[in-house]
Amino acid sequence: MSDKKRIVIVGATSAIAEHCARLWVKDAEVDLTLIGRDLGRIERVAADLHVRSPNSVIRVLEANFIDPLAIHQLVDGIVAEGAVNTVLIAHGSLPDQALCQQDLTAAHEALTVNGISPVLFAESFAGHMQKANYGTLAIIGSVAGDRGRKSNYVYGAAKGLVTRYTQGLQHRLANTLVKIVLVKPGPTDTPMTAHIKEEGGRFAKVEDVAEQIVKGISQGKTVVYAPGKWALIMMIIRHLPTFIFNKMDI
Amino acid sequence: MVAISSWGRLGHWEHDVLALSDRHQVTQQLRNNRLGIAHGMGRSYGDVCLNPDGILWSTTGLDRFISFDENTGRLVCEAGVLLRDIQRLTTPHGWILPVTPGTQLVTVGGAIANDVHGKNHHVFGSFGDHVQQIKLMRTDGTTIECGPNLQQNWFFATVGGIGLTGVITEADIQLRKIAGPWLDTETIPYYDLDKFFDLADSSEADWEHTVSWIDCISSSGRGLFMRANPTNISPLPDPKCKKITMPFVPPISLVNKLSLRPFNTAYFNLKKWQAGRSFTHYEPFFYPLDNLSEWNRIYGPKGFFQYQSVVPREAGASAVQAMLKEITSSGDGSFLAVLKTFGNRQAVGMMSFPQPGVTLALDFPNKGELTLKLFQKLDAIVREAGGRIYLAKDARMPRDLFETGYPRLSEFLQYRDPGISSAMSRRLIGD
Repeated sequence: MSDKKRIVIVGATSAIAEHCARLWVKDAEVDLTLIGRDLGRIERVAADLHVRSPNSVIRVLEANFIDPLAIHQLVDGIVAEGAVNTVLIAHGSLPDQALCQQDLTAAHEALTVNGISPVLFAESFAGHMQKANYGTLAIIGSVAGDRGRKSNYVYGAAKGLVTRYTQGLQHRLANTLVKIVLVKPGPTDTPMTAHIKEEGGRFAKVEDVAEQIVKGISQGKTVVYAPGKWALIMMIIRHLPTFIFNKMDI
Repeated sequence: MVAISSWGRLGHWEHDVLALSDRHQVTQQLRNNRLGIAHGMGRSYGDVCLNPDGILWSTTGLDRFISFDENTGRLVCEAGVLLRDIQRLTTPHGWILPVTPGTQLVTVGGAIANDVHGKNHHVFGSFGDHVQQIKLMRTDGTTIECGPNLQQNWFFATVGGIGLTGVITEADIQLRKIAGPWLDTETIPYYDLDKFFDLADSSEADWEHTVSWIDCISSSGRGLFMRANPTNISPLPDPKCKKITMPFVPPISLVNKLSLRPFNTAYFNLKKWQAGRSFTHYEPFFYPLDNLSEWNRIYGPKGFFQYQSVVPREAGASAVQAMLKEITSSGDGSFLAVLKTFGNRQAVGMMSFPQPGVTLALDFPNKGELTLKLFQKLDAIVREAGGRIYLAKDARMPRDLFETGYPRLSEFLQYRDPGISSAMSRRLIGD
């Protein structure tokens, strides 16, 4: 094992994760493990990071994101190679809400990919980190998980699951040195949102979101809204009385 | 559907945006029965990057480096990589893009498709001169690898080909060795166009970068001539960039008859006092506006045009004088006015803009008919002088001027991809 800081990214081909990785390799030479569903795509991300930081160690792993046993074995294998300093669980996909309402298979897939899968990865890493009493585990949730709304509540429900899970994990590990960070990006300009992106200020730049995530992780914050203004916006939205909220077209 | 505008903000049009993010998926993503056009950062001013009610293939997610050789300066990357990201990656290793336009917030694909130029045209030509190879994806599912020595005609059609020959997904670029990121610069005020041409000609041999700011409301043609050479001296640590964003669109253009004269006078006189030699980091020298995000909003809700022409040198002085006269008497124009000579070399692309001569670029707040009428007068001067207008900036030139300005058009059209169309191609070519 090298003495470089060891970072594992699950869902490394997601735009936010990829930009976090770029910031990490820019800061220092690191030992990075990239996990994704499509080996070709992860390798292309790895090649880019290698150009940016030729002396970083970059490993790639293709994985099944749904099968609990496969997740368990994968994580055991990674941890067996050495202590992990930072884990970022970043995968997800924005489903079509209307389709989820008509097609339960689509709803099932959206709930699994955005909710259950990240939680299983987190649970798997958390046990090892607790044993080692070391490391920071960050999970990407979403502002959509703060309050359900008609335009994307299936996605919101999955992200809400991540939120509640993270709270519990933070409670469980409160007396250890392990830090659990819940990241809640607002709408971000990524390929996942290109088809709905409106011009102007509502969508944050992915570089800026990644920068705040990396900063929040290094500080070990419990919750990171990115950009920070969403903390205030979501506090208001969460507290709106139902009779007002239900009249809003959001 | 998403409302998209180009840098000129002349309007917002609905588009179906399809994000390209994996270069191995692009072939499948282009297979579609609807017409589309590649769209990077949307920094071209007019309609070259737009396709209202059609598809935009957004390339900004294709932003990965593929390889970089520190010994030879060869860089291979995806077409959505920003020039900024290349510069920041390679300048610490002593390599820099040989040619760069006035903003580094553009994609490599856009720089090739518009064959952009910089302040050192007389030494290094345009962007396409340094591209060794590209990968071009066609909507029929084929992939064409081409370069100056490989399937050349495809390459010559695609460089400056405004996206109409296919979607560029990868590029192999030869960077250039530099001793450091700073430039040895000199600013010289001038009071008439003759002096400008004297300065431009006498600087060509000894200075790599030459450009000038011109006060478009002074009829004499006063301005500030800037020239620079790379240097191995680093007088200071690299500057930290402070980014400011124009936070809103003002209800009227902040560039107007009331503001323009005092602004230009103040700028000229301030710079006149500061004239002389100094050291400038390459970022503020090449990209003076990049730290003012969304500066295009200052022109208000109606947006603005940019008019950039090049006229051959023989007709240059009198044509520029005539254009300035028209602009001065109209009272319009903008603080952002650039006058520059191009070197005596032909560009790589069939449809590239640079040609030997002198180029004048000016912003104009959009005042509808009034502005378009002024452009007709400028068009007449350009036409008479045998010049052309830059496609990356244009939103309105008449078809006859396009056809006379770009004599290789019919040759170029043989390489068009029938699945690709833009607002510009429909306006100037017909489909």
